[in-house]
Amino acid sequence: MGEQILNQIIWPVVYILCIVLPLVIAVAMFVYWERKVIGWMHVRMGPNKIGPLGLLQAFADVVKLLLKEVILPTSANKVLYYLAPMLALVPALAAWAVIPFNDKLVLANVNAGVLYLLAMTSLGVYGIILAGWASNSRYALLGAMRSAAQVISYELAMGLCLVCVLVLAGSLNLTDIVHAQAGHKGILDWFMWPLLPVFIIYFVSGVAETNRAPFDVAEGESEIVAGFHVEYSGSAFALFFLAEYANMILVSFLASILFMGGWLSPFPASWGLIGQGSFFWLFAKAFAFAFLFLWFRASFPRYRYDQIMRLGWKVFIPITIVWVLVAGCMKYFGWVTVGTGG
Amino acid sequence: MIDPSVFQLVCFYAFAAVTVAAALGVITLRNTVHAVLSLVLTFFSTACIWLLAEAEFLAIALIVVYVGAVMVLFLFVVMMLDINQERVREGFIKYLPVGIIVALVMLGEMLALIGVRAMHEKVMGDNPATVAGMSNTEWLGHALYTQFLLPFEIAALILTVGVVAAVVLTLRQRTGVRHQSASQQVLVNPRDRIRVVKMAAVAPAAPQPAPGKETTP
Repeated sequence: MGEQILNQIIWPVVYILCIVLPLVIAVAMFVYWERKVIGWMHVRMGPNKIGPLGLLQAFADVVKLLLKEVILPTSANKVLYYLAPMLALVPALAAWAVIPFNDKLVLANVNAGVLYLLAMTSLGVYGIILAGWASNSRYALLGAMRSAAQVISYELAMGLCLVCVLVLAGSLNLTDIVHAQAGHKGILDWFMWPLLPVFIIYFVSGVAETNRAPFDVAEGESEIVAGFHVEYSGSAFALFFLAEYANMILVSFLASILFMGGWLSPFPASWGLIGQGSFFWLFAKAFAFAFLFLWFRASFPRYRYDQIMRLGWKVFIPITIVWVLVAGCMKYFGWVTVGTGG
Repeated sequence: MIDPSVFQLVCFYAFAAVTVAAALGVITLRNTVHAVLSLVLTFFSTACIWLLAEAEFLAIALIVVYVGAVMVLFLFVVMMLDINQERVREGFIKYLPVGIIVALVMLGEMLALIGVRAMHEKVMGDNPATVAGMSNTEWLGHALYTQFLLPFEIAALILTVGVVAAVVLTLRQRTGVRHQSASQQVLVNPRDRIRVVKMAAVAPAAPQPAPGKETTP
């Protein structure tokens, strides 16, 4: 009986901690890396005072945020004001349950994994909307409105991109999707080649979904101060921060898994050690995508609101609808030979 | 240790209780935003019940479509409205008889449906998905795109017509609106907009600042 409890409750909790704790540390280091990279791109030093090379800067920021007072604005809705940061964070962490790190290493190998991911990522917007409404502030409400419209618009394009991947892979299971990209030709077997337009649209939609630059009108500093979290301080603000960066890392992992073969090596399997699949490959790919987020932020000016809507509805959605048909034809007529013989 | 089937039953009753409580909250809470959030909780716990019944596709579709999109728009609208809370409650007693009649009719219909299902149980046999050895989602896909292709496509067509109709109904032709055309903007030739003037570089004749003296910018 004791063994059963151990197997059913203790071990899953340990596994969850094994994913969440490294994720939180990864977020801290990602914030440091972001400030460093943007600093270099601006010909600055970035953080370099706290710890060797400024490595402890992120932890100093965390301590500062946790020690600060959480201020409740006048006539704010108290329950929803405190609930909103948690509603933002929970889906961002829950989505990690179905991410496969390598062949065996996955918390929940569910058959409807992609559907589950869609469901979880669509819930994150509640935290933002409720934060904007409960703060009793016009800036926050404006930010929440913008964010809600933007997230819903780009979710459609993102969903259609996933449909293309599903058609080629023939499965909703993320592990099976990676297996469908295994082959003798290494990098040439990945879904990014037959689905190149969709791959680009997926990542750009991911940037828009996470409200990052150049799609960060939800917190456009020059217009609405800080958008939906303008009234938040201390640990409540830290939770929003954590959720946003966890979502960025999640989108990076998903783009790697769905389009770039997850843990598979870019080299053919006959090349010995570097031809073998390993979770190091997955981390390297995800790191490259995460770097793109920072590169975009340092390079592009912010989109105007109507431009964001036009890009989502008039460009991305038509292209993805056409490509769903193209992917269907590829599969049906056997035009593509990706992932032959894994 | 707890028997799995007993645990499933306990979960079912817990989810069902949350569903009913949240549904009651939708119609009793004074704050409209709270009412919408109760509706979200109702959908969510309904999805949990469907997961227990191994209808995972329907459950996740409910969350993606209703919780993730429809309710967000609902919340969007409700937050924008400046509703007078007292007036919303005014007609409660007046409309109560009509409401009770509607509720009773719905109850009758549901009971009839449950009766039909119960009688059919013997005819329908086992879950077709488990018989075919597929997951619920996979079996649903096969059935929809082979056996029920025509009804499925007709439903899609009706929905498309609905979308077009909604756009046409809300499209107002206003005069004096300034539009931007992105396609025209990208076709602009830079030479029409900007003139590069070539000027010979000339060394400035400004006096050098005195040494040892700092100039403030």
